[in-house]
Amino acid sequence: MALDPATIHRIAKLARIRIEDWQAAQLEQELNGILGWIEQLNEVDVEGVEPLTGGAQMAMKMRDDVVTDGNIRDLVLANAPEREGVFYAVPKVVE
Amino acid sequence: MTYTLEGNTGTWEVVIGLEVHAQVISQSKLFSGASATYGGEPNTQVSFVDAAFPGMLPVINRECVRQAVRTGLGLNAHINLVSRFDRKNYFYADLPAGYQISQYAHPIVGSGTIEIELADGTSKPIGVTRLHLEQDAGKSLHDQSPTKSFIDLNRCGVALMEIVSEPDLRSPEEAGAYLRKMRTILRYLGTCDGNMEEGSMRADVNVSVRHHGEPFRTRCEIKNVNSVRYVMLAIEAEAKRQITVWEDGGAVQQETRLFDVARGITRSMRSKEDAHDYRYFPDPDLLPLVLEEDWVAALRTQLPELPDAKKSRFMHQFGLPVYDAGVLVAEQATADFYETLATGRDPKQAANWMMGDFFAALNRTGRDIGNSPVSAANLGELLDLMADSTINGRIAKEVLEEMVETGETASAVVARKGLRQVTDTGAIDAAVEQVLAGNPDKLAEFRGGRDKLFGFFVGQVMKAMAGKGNPALVNEALKRRLG
Repeated sequence: MALDPATIHRIAKLARIRIEDWQAAQLEQELNGILGWIEQLNEVDVEGVEPLTGGAQMAMKMRDDVVTDGNIRDLVLANAPEREGVFYAVPKVVE
Repeated sequence: MTYTLEGNTGTWEVVIGLEVHAQVISQSKLFSGASATYGGEPNTQVSFVDAAFPGMLPVINRECVRQAVRTGLGLNAHINLVSRFDRKNYFYADLPAGYQISQYAHPIVGSGTIEIELADGTSKPIGVTRLHLEQDAGKSLHDQSPTKSFIDLNRCGVALMEIVSEPDLRSPEEAGAYLRKMRTILRYLGTCDGNMEEGSMRADVNVSVRHHGEPFRTRCEIKNVNSVRYVMLAIEAEAKRQITVWEDGGAVQQETRLFDVARGITRSMRSKEDAHDYRYFPDPDLLPLVLEEDWVAALRTQLPELPDAKKSRFMHQFGLPVYDAGVLVAEQATADFYETLATGRDPKQAANWMMGDFFAALNRTGRDIGNSPVSAANLGELLDLMADSTINGRIAKEVLEEMVETGETASAVVARKGLRQVTDTGAIDAAVEQVLAGNPDKLAEFRGGRDKLFGFFVGQVMKAMAGKGNPALVNEALKRRLG
């Protein structure tokens, strides 16, 4: 599998990362290198092995349904690039 | 009763699938300890997890898992003992993490089915493809400022169940019936309040059209429709649009659309151009969700009686026709009310009174069964007063009006207004004499052969007795006197 320049631009757009054409060429080379390296894994025989999505063979721990958090509006909004009263304010989203 | 639309090139069939987003009833959010209740002050029900601060880790809420499994069981669906969470990636201002934690490849609930009831009395099974748990997003307010959108994250991270149907629906009516049935089941289970106005239940509608017998054509998805009626209107508008596109020689493009309620049309949501490229991948913060078989089995035995089972029990136990049983089980509170009312009384009469005069009186006063001033026990007392001939049916209607108005018991109204039925034959005979004496012309006509004037005399006697005469005794007395 190899990425072409159009795909590089699409990935960047989906990730909201602006790239110039000269960067795309460089990224194409780097990403294809990484993909090629990962593709070596295809040589491993995984017949009959359950897919593993995490590093540990454990089940998820659950918590009880109790309100233990919240009411920290000022702390939460402290990191907002912009705030308007009790809200986050962002450039207007027009639908 | 097949629903079709006529085009210039022939008859079109509509194919519909629904994705219902149902907010899970729980105290706290799916992966954080912030409150999940509706209507808090903006941004007060937000934890650092919900606001996606760096390094914050999600921990799943057992109750949300339990609610999803109970819903799955209520939909006769397969419960997957092992499921996983994935990240669904997209950028929007009310989604601070830049991804929604959802279940893509391995949902907690697999395929199931629900029965929908249609106006012509038939029912139809509709397949449920899957149910998965996911986080809700925050709320954007676009109308507070000319240049800014405001964001409230209270809803961000609240647990949703996304329930996906098979494309088994063929008309707006079937889609409406499916949504109503889904809402009824969720409310019986207590897993979602089903309140579409507050947004705790929303639907995405997938619509395509085809000529009968064809394979499926390209579908469009209408996002976030928030009432049953709008879903039905949106389907019709979108189907007609697609028919025009095909018949004009074009091709329907798969896209996300919005229903414009004011204009009654759907329109493209250009902002969602990339919406179908979510780059799902397993969430590395979350281990697989593994359920114990015994735990699921215990939940199954603890399920409440669900609408279909209750309906068929009402039909057998109380001898109700299918329509009456369907109306009475549509809401749990209505069903409970009826069951209290019917027990130990004539069940058919109980159903008639409840669905007739009682519902009408509630409607007129803008109330429902939940805040009815008349309890099942009180309405029952009214039926008892009729059964033991204390009052007649006509007076009972009058008493019910008073009960709804004042909240008094039936016997209190009867005593206060002196409505006790007159069974004293002396008093009835006196009234009969008075009426006959007052209408000598009518009496002569009756004697001359106009038999149907008998009804007139009954009416006059009842009127003379202020409606309180026992109808059977009045009839009897008149027959005796005129016979």
